Amino acid sequence: MPGLTRWARDENQMHTVKPTDAEAQVQGANMEPMPLRSSRPRLNGRWAGYTHLLLARMRELKREPEVIFWVFVFPLLLALGLGIAFRNKPADVAPVAVVSGPGAQHALELLQASPHHGAIHADMLTDEQALKGFRLGMYALVIEPKADGSFQYRYDPARPESVLALDQIDDALQTAAGRRNALATSAKISSEPGARYIDFLIPGLLGMNVMNAAMWGIGFALVEMRQRKLLKRYLATPMRRSDFLLALTSSRLVLMLVEVGLLLGFGVLVFRMRVLGSLASILLVGTVGALSFAGIGLLTACRAEKIESVSGLINLVMLPMWVFSGVFFSYERFPAAVQPFIKALPLTALNDALRATILEGAPITAQGERILIMAIWGGISFILALRWFRWV
Amino acid sequence: MGYDSLMAAAIECRGLRKTYDGKVEAVRGLDLEIQAGECFGLLGPNGAGKTTTIEILEGLLAPTAGQVTLLGRTWQKHARDLRELLGISLQETRFSEKLSVRETLDLFASFYRQPRAAAEIMQELELTEKADSWVGKLSGGQKQRLAVATALVGNPQILFLDEPTTGLDPQSRRQLWEIVRGFQRRGGTVLLTTHYMDEAERLCDRIAIVDHGQIIAQGTPAQLIAHIGGNHVVEFATSGGDGAHNQELWRMLPGVDSVHEDDGMLLLNVREPHQTIPALLAAVENQGAQLVHLTTRQASLEDVFVHLTGRHLRED
Repeated sequence: MPGLTRWARDENQMHTVKPTDAEAQVQGANMEPMPLRSSRPRLNGRWAGYTHLLLARMRELKREPEVIFWVFVFPLLLALGLGIAFRNKPADVAPVAVVSGPGAQHALELLQASPHHGAIHADMLTDEQALKGFRLGMYALVIEPKADGSFQYRYDPARPESVLALDQIDDALQTAAGRRNALATSAKISSEPGARYIDFLIPGLLGMNVMNAAMWGIGFALVEMRQRKLLKRYLATPMRRSDFLLALTSSRLVLMLVEVGLLLGFGVLVFRMRVLGSLASILLVGTVGALSFAGIGLLTACRAEKIESVSGLINLVMLPMWVFSGVFFSYERFPAAVQPFIKALPLTALNDALRATILEGAPITAQGERILIMAIWGGISFILALRWFRWV
Repeated sequence: MGYDSLMAAAIECRGLRKTYDGKVEAVRGLDLEIQAGECFGLLGPNGAGKTTTIEILEGLLAPTAGQVTLLGRTWQKHARDLRELLGISLQETRFSEKLSVRETLDLFASFYRQPRAAAEIMQELELTEKADSWVGKLSGGQKQRLAVATALVGNPQILFLDEPTTGLDPQSRRQLWEIVRGFQRRGGTVLLTTHYMDEAERLCDRIAIVDHGQIIAQGTPAQLIAHIGGNHVVEFATSGGDGAHNQELWRMLPGVDSVHEDDGMLLLNVREPHQTIPALLAAVENQGAQLVHLTTRQASLEDVFVHLTGRHLRED
């Protein structure tokens, strides 16, 4: 690209062409003639400014170690950490504590004798240790043998693993003690890749990253340039304003492409994730999302003069979406009354579209509503941003 | 081809006014006419309206009232053309710190239809050695030269410099003056603002002294100094005696054009110090006073400003 602005100056031509009267050339007797504008060919094409702006932006990003970390490394670490923490274990082992004393040994023997003993891990502890362990979440249930030979379970109805353990342990003890089932039942294992937490998480991280990158990379960067008076300086050149905004947005698209490749590649290689949708539709959904958030980032930054104030605004915009838009957990957990509001958020639309495409292989044509939501958010933001934008 | 006085002035403005928020009057009716090839200085204290004026001329601020014509064009009709013809260095621009000097110049060059080569500009402004250094690593003088380089890379006809040497060491300042002179030698027109008298005196063909948003004096440095009468200043202080503060008394001394008091000191603007000083010594003795301080020096634009406003350029 530097080649665009380097050339040999044609000194001879300068003297041969007459100046146009509008150009008000002055050539006093003791002055060397000013290079005449009209004598030299146009050296920069229509897109030279855009190309250089995009190139400069990419160079700046590349040279900012924090950007590399937050945009590329951090989501991978997050995926790795959460993927390991919430990996699907072969069968969940229920950790239980048995309070020592008469009857404790009997409880342990019964558990050992039950057909499900592989799914139970039991420790014999003092009363105090058992309760402490339960409180800290190390045990899902405490078995307290009573003087009359019965067992009392201590459990927490608000902890799902505790409720599960209650049924599981009671069933194990009763069966081992000789209870017979009244009804013959059987179960069959059905575990699809695609239904694991990591499969849910990676598209969510992708969506969140597209949002973060656009909000910070456009919103924050713009206000910083405004504060540095760099926007004003650009305005003092013939630079096209649309080229500038386009270059800023394009730089986010380039990052989005890299990010999709990295996160999906990571999911496939490390967690054997299955990507059902075509890469083209994933990238298309990502592009719509990136453009939508670019518009929102632009709107957030259209007036702010200080980076401190825009940082607050950016967090204000992003925080509800981190919580509600189903990045880390499904938004179905929220009450039905707020579901329409959640579904209208651009990040919800992006995450849902990414999940449907990546995990279910849904065609782009089936995503009309979600794409429309993103387009409306992005489009309206962009129009308002241009109307209110403060260059100087 | 020669100079043609019928051609439009390089920079012309009439009745320029700028009111902020409907109350603060930064510029209050300002007229300028700057010919092509001139180096013109707007000299004035901080807050005089220099930056507002230059930014209106640069098309970065809209005036509340008044007309601006640059090279026969107006901002309303020929904004895009004018941008190609002007080179602008703002009072304070911090360029991207992680781009090199060459990359910054290439970027700015890419905005113009017919820019100059970055390499050529860097050579002219002695930035070649720093071509591949990141902007964040440059010294103050080098950053300022880069700011001027980005203004020159578009091959402009008019160069606007707002406080180009503020905060620079003497060597960097002289280096910048040379750059400005070089641009002028090639036929370029320069408009700069400054609050340094010596800068205005050495660099500018003509100067307008701006105070409270108005031009209070205009002319070549020599004309302005001559305007206060006498190009020498005799500065003295006395103790004892009476009538020391009777300015009329000193005004009557031979060769004295004007008198004023400044910081306990009496300042006489004189044409012939060798006539005035003996008479001054005699007058002091007659009053029974003693001379505690006496200096003479060449009058400067600072004296012009003090003469016109009673204030110093760089106070407050």
